[in-house]
This record gives sequence, structure tokens and C-alpha cells, in this order.
Amino acid sequence: MDIIIIGLLLGGTYALMAMGLQLQYGVARIMNLANGEMLIAGAFGTFWFFTASQASPFYAIIGIVPFAFVVNWAIYRILIVPLVRRARSQGQLEVDCILGTFGLSFILVGILLAIFGGQYLSYSYLARPIFILGEPYGLNRVAAFLGSAALCAGLYGWLHHTRAGLSLRAVSVNPAAASLVSINVVRTSALAFALGGAVTAAGGALLSMFLTFDASLGVVFTLKALIIVILGGVSDIRGTIIAAFILGLAETTVATLVDPGLTLAAAYVLFMIILLVRPEGLFGRRSS
Amino acid sequence: MRQPLAQSLGAAVQLSGRETRSLAIAALIFVAVALVPLISSGYLLSIATSILFYTALATSWTLFSGPTNYISLATAAFFGIGMYVVAWGIELMPYPLLILLAALAGAALAVVVGLATLRVSGVYFVIFSLGLAELVRQIMTWLQHVLGTLSGLYVLIDRTEEEYYWQLLALTAVIFLIGWWIGRSRLGFALRIIGNDEVVAVHSGINTARAKVILFVISSTFAAVTGALAAPRWSYVEPTVAFSPFLSFQVVIMALLGGVHRLWGPLLGVIPFTLLWELISANFPAQTTLLLGATFLLIVYLIPNGVVGLLEDALRQRRRLLQSAGGLLARGGGASGPVKSLLARWRSRNA
Amino acid sequence: MPSADKTALQVGDVTKRFGGLIAVQNLSFALAENEVLGLIGPNGSGKTTMMNLISGALRPTSGEIRLYGDDIAGVGASRIANKGIARTFQLVRMLPGLTVLENVSAGGVFGHTRRWGKELDDYAQALLQRVGLPNAGDVAVTALTYIDQKRVELARALASDPKVLLLDEWLAGLNPTELKTGIALIEQLRVEGRTIVIVEHVMHAIRSLCDRCIVMSSGVKIAEGTPREVLADAEVIRAYLGDADA
Repeated sequence: MDIIIIGLLLGGTYALMAMGLQLQYGVARIMNLANGEMLIAGAFGTFWFFTASQASPFYAIIGIVPFAFVVNWAIYRILIVPLVRRARSQGQLEVDCILGTFGLSFILVGILLAIFGGQYLSYSYLARPIFILGEPYGLNRVAAFLGSAALCAGLYGWLHHTRAGLSLRAVSVNPAAASLVSINVVRTSALAFALGGAVTAAGGALLSMFLTFDASLGVVFTLKALIIVILGGVSDIRGTIIAAFILGLAETTVATLVDPGLTLAAAYVLFMIILLVRPEGLFGRRSS
Repeated sequence: MRQPLAQSLGAAVQLSGRETRSLAIAALIFVAVALVPLISSGYLLSIATSILFYTALATSWTLFSGPTNYISLATAAFFGIGMYVVAWGIELMPYPLLILLAALAGAALAVVVGLATLRVSGVYFVIFSLGLAELVRQIMTWLQHVLGTLSGLYVLIDRTEEEYYWQLLALTAVIFLIGWWIGRSRLGFALRIIGNDEVVAVHSGINTARAKVILFVISSTFAAVTGALAAPRWSYVEPTVAFSPFLSFQVVIMALLGGVHRLWGPLLGVIPFTLLWELISANFPAQTTLLLGATFLLIVYLIPNGVVGLLEDALRQRRRLLQSAGGLLARGGGASGPVKSLLARWRSRNA
Repeated sequence: MPSADKTALQVGDVTKRFGGLIAVQNLSFALAENEVLGLIGPNGSGKTTMMNLISGALRPTSGEIRLYGDDIAGVGASRIANKGIARTFQLVRMLPGLTVLENVSAGGVFGHTRRWGKELDDYAQALLQRVGLPNAGDVAVTALTYIDQKRVELARALASDPKVLLLDEWLAGLNPTELKTGIALIEQLRVEGRTIVIVEHVMHAIRSLCDRCIVMSSGVKIAEGTPREVLADAEVIRAYLGDADA
């Protein structure tokens, strides 16, 4: 039973980072392999804030989100736009983006290593038990989950009840048609990319409350976010949320029943199943 | 005088005169490279060994990722498996047999991965390959934990530096030979078509999934064999070392830097990058990650076709200049006196 | 002359659904060997979808498609190509990294008939001659004009010596002079007895090239017969032009 609850708590927190990638890949159509590093940056930023001020990490998010937004906007304008202009096909653009953001991820890791060094960082916040259904769970996990749920709900509401959010969803479904109804696709993509980065950084901030980080862990989180997005169906945010929970449950099950060092294996098993059975994802539309 | 000989030799194997000549040149180069251990040792030999090592990996990577444009980030997974087969079996079986087993293990993994991921878009393949090495590492660590063996294994055999060098050279020669043969074969043609337009490929009767899987298996098998050869050299094999993600990324960078549309392209990337890496890791060891990232960005934004692309562009420019210069001269008029003599001088210098 | 006793292609009650949209509904027709069949209809009537179903680019929701009796419905496009169906595309698809000769050869290596080496080169060169590009072998396809690229695509489709040739709006986008040349080329193919399905909008081409016509509208067959019969049919006129002109 506690596997389920821990799994759900973990999954809910994963949902936020996956939503960040989903905005970048599903809307802006940029496969961002530096996504994990953005998450780590958010985590490190929160660590630094907490150890410096001892104030709640939730306050850190207030600063991290706009900062990450601006940084990602800059990344889109400086690094991504030239590739979009240069690409002769969607396939070519995807390869270029993968390589470009991959290179970017190394640069970010290099910067993080230079600033924070190579050691593992964690801090202790709300490390008290809270009792759910008679079993103790880390209060920090629950707090992170609630924070993630709040932000996810806010994002979901924004996407579905505002004009800006509507234009984002339109672009994710069909950019050509969106431009025909006078949506500025380039600006919307930049907005989605920047917002995605900010959301991912916030996700990193929340995860830092109960996980230990070091500068090289970015790749693993990028992979998990990618697997979640693909599992859920690239263009649908509901799929992302549900897939995040599935991954959280799968990981916790494997970690508890088999071995905690096999969490990536659990994610890959899900990945392989989805590729073999339903490559368009749970909520995805199969393009004939 | 040379032409008829080349042609008659080539006719025996159905090669053109030009192809036979290229083969002969390549053979000469290999013989020359083989002589290196005899004329030097120590630092120069170790650099040359490094270059051979990365050339083998980068060229076999290009066999698959070059024509299909599917970027594989999983070299370390196959390399590590090759290493581990040797590490596990070194007390039980002769080394040559282990090399063969390593090849089979790499091929088996490649078949599984290929069948699962090569039937969907290239992006999914790249993502899958990104974590594959890490995945295999985790499984390997867990297996060792479960089987109760030590995390690190010693691989100690009686083999000299020179012998390792020549083994790598032999492997590289085989890779080039296979690569050259594929390029002339139906499979190579099929892959070029797939890389250009997969829809056309399918409608031309090509079983694209099978072609991609076959090539992926060939490429990965070579990576596994390289691992098997490297195991005694590393001598202490443990998961983080064998499945190092840096290896995968270095191989990709070197191949892309050199250029993936020619068989000898990666070689042009391996040499400068290996030297640069030596330099940086000796003097600024903490900045190696930044170097990797900077090189990646350099390739993507400035030289997407690699050094080969730059060379071929330069050659094309030169040819065009010569042609237009020749055209101007032929027409007689147009260019005034001093310009004409300038062009004539430049042309005779470059003819 | 179409040989009435051999059915090259039998389309039986084929339906294709895309979610709620029915692109092709219960369509049936037969294509005799050596026949040139025109598939016409207003935009959105399902003609190209039908072509895609035959060539294997799409899988039918229901129904059967038989090539000389062999059921090919839902079988992958590469296997259908191996069985002897070749096609051109509505928007020309060239292989930009290959020369013209290689583009043509691409059709003749893996398809219905397989050639390689010198035999392939000679065969491809002969086809280039056939379609009016005798000296273009080494040219890069990106340097060709649109009509020339179409010729290359036709040569590529012919390279496999297909049992059935599908021409998907091959005459689209051509100016009057090019159109005359294009129609003459297809007429040649017809004279030598090729079995062809043509999707077209150019009506005088349909009239002069097709033995028989099938008219589709909104996924359904609304008329079948010789071009003259079909183009005089009231239903057909209504489908194209609306009620006022019927």
C-alpha cells in the first residue's frame, strides 16, 4: 500500500518536470535534451537559497521561475531560432535540435560543475513524518507533491481557460493551421519553450526537497521526462500527467520489490512497451 | 602505365580502375600505419593507439548513423558489453573465443534494441540510445550484486602494447573494408535512399526496418569487439568505466566533426579531437565537459557537414573559380590587361 | 487493348475511415490488364486516399484489394511494391542526395524486378532516354526543372517494370507545352500495354488517355463508364459544378 502512495507522490512531482518538456516538445516542437540540466539548475538554486537564507524552498520558486523563463527565452532566441530557419524538413530540425541542445546540456553541466563542484547536494527541509492511513511518509515528499499539484493545476487552468493558453494548444495541434488563424507561431513557440523551462526548473526545486542531486544527474531526468511525455502522447497534457503517475508507481514498485538501483530499468521497460504496442502514446493521435 | 594494371586487377573483382586505385592507396596507408610501433614507442605510440581506438569506434558508428541520420548515443553500451564478456570469461576461456562471444553479445543486444526502436521515428531511437548505456550499467551493477561477484574485475593477459596496436589496426581495417563493401552493395544503396526520403524508399520496395536493423547490428558488433580488445588494456573493468557515457559522446562528436558522409570522414575528426582532448585534459581537467559542449555547438552551428564538408566545399569553389577564370580567358575580351595576366599566372600556378 | 479475361486489380467494397471522417466508402471497381483507368472527382472526393490504399501507404478499414488475385489490403507498402505496384506522388519526391541516374535506379533495385551493376545502369539510362532526359544522368536532381523532376519520377516508377502503375496527378502544375509532352509520354505507355490508374483533374487528358473512368464524390463512386459517358452524366456535373448547371 505504501508503495502506491509513495509512487503517487513521486509521480505527481515528476508531472511538473514532464509538463515542462511537453511544452517544449509538444508545442514548440523542440526536442530539448538540456531539459534535465534546467531541472538540476532549479534544484541547485533552491539548495543555495535554502542554505543561505533558511527560508522555505517554496519562496525560492518565486525567484527561480522568472529567472528560468528569461534564460530559456534567450536560449530559444539565440540557439534554436537559427536552427529552425536553417532546417529543410522537420526531421532535419529534430536532429539539429537534439545535437544542439545536447551540446548545450554539456555547457550547462560544465557551468554547474564550476559553480557548485562535483559533490552531491541535499538539504533537510520538513524531514518529519506525516501519517497517511496509519503509515509514516516524509512530509517533504507530501509538500513537494502538493506544490507540484498546485502548479500543475494552475498551468492546466491557464492552458484551458486563457487566450494565450489556447494559442499554445492550437500550435501544438497544428502549427500551419494556427498561423492561418493569425496566431504568431514563432512567438508562441518561444513562449512555450520559455514557459517549459521555467516549469521544469520549478519541478527541480520541488524535487530537491527530498532527493539528492549532483551536476551529472541531468541526463537521467531528461530521459524520465522524455519517457513520460512519449508514454502520455506528445501533444496531450492529460496524458503527460497520467504517464507521470504511472512512471512514479513503476519506479517505486521496482525500487522496493527488486532493487533501488534499477529505477531507470523500470522506466525503460515502460518505454519499450509503449514503442512496441502503441508508439503514439496513451493519448496520442496516430498520424496515418 | 598504371591504368591498365589497375583495370585488369580490378576487372577480376568487378571493380573500376579508380576503385582499385583507391583500395591500393588505402592498403599502402594501412601498411604505413602498421609500421609505427617499429619506429617509435612511449608517448607517440600511445597517441597513435588512442587515435586508432577512436577511429575504430567512430567509423563503425558512422556505418549506421551516417547514411540513416539516426544519431546513436549508445556506443558505450555495446563497448561495455564487449568489455564485460572478456572480463567475466578471461579465467575460463581463451581470449580469441571471448572476442567472438563479445561480438555475438553486442549483436544480440543490437537486434533487440533495433527491432524495438528502428520501426518508429528517428527521434525515439536517439532518446532510447541516450539512456541505453546507463541502463545496461544499472543492470550490470545489479547482476553483480545479485550474483555476489565483486564490482570490479581484473583482466590480465600477456599482451604487449604493440600487439594491442596491431589488433586495433586489424579491427579498423576490417571496419573500413566492410564499410567500403556496404557502400557498393545494395544494402548501402538502400540506406542512402532511406536517408534521403523514407517514403520513397518504402514505395521502392525496400524493407526499411530490416535494412536499418542489419546495419545497426553490424555497427554495434564492431563497438563490442573494440570493447573486448580494450579490456586487457584497461585491465580493471567496472561498470562506471566500461559504460562511461563520455565515450559515447566523444565518439559522436568525433564522427560529426570529421563528417559522416564519407567512410574516411570520422578519421578527420578523430585526429584533431584526440589531440585537443589530450591537451585540455592535461592542462584544464575540469573543463573537459565544457570542451565537449563547445565542440558540439561548433559542429551544429558552423560545420554541420564536418571537416569533409568544408574540404569538399573548398574544392568545389576552387573548381568553379578555375572554370570561370578559364572562361574569362577563353573569351579574351572582358578582362583588362593586368587582370588577365594576373588570372593567367594564378591559373598556371594552380593547374 | 484491355484484355477482358485478366483482372489486374480488384477493389472490393473498400472503406477507409479517419476517426469520424469517411474518406472512402464501399468502393468497388476492377482494373483489367492493359487498361488505363481514370479516377476523377472534385477535391476531397477520396481519389488520392484510394491511391494510397492501393499502394499501401494507408491501410483500409475494411474491404479487400487484390492484385492478380493476391490480397494486398493492409500489407505494407514495401511488400506491395515488391509484388509489382509502382507509383508517382502528388508532390514530386526526389532523392536530393542522389544523381538523376541513381534516382531512376532506385526504383529498379528492390522492387518487382531486381537489377544491379551495369545491367541496372544501362536499364536506367534507357529509361531516361525514354522519358526525354537522355543526358541528365549525372546531374543533381535539385538542378532540374519541375517537369524534368516529374519525368525522373516516372522513370523511377517504370524502373521496376510494374504490373500496375499509379499516376497521382502526374500532370498537375504543368504549363500547356509541358502538358502536351506529358500526355504524349503517357500515351506511349498506354500504347505499349501498361496497366495504369490515373488520378487527374486535366479533363482532356482523361478523355484522350483513359479507356474507362470512375468518378468519386465524397468517398463514394457516383459514375463509371467511358470518359464521354461519364463526363456527360448529370450526377457528375452536379458533383463538380453544383446544382445550377446539372
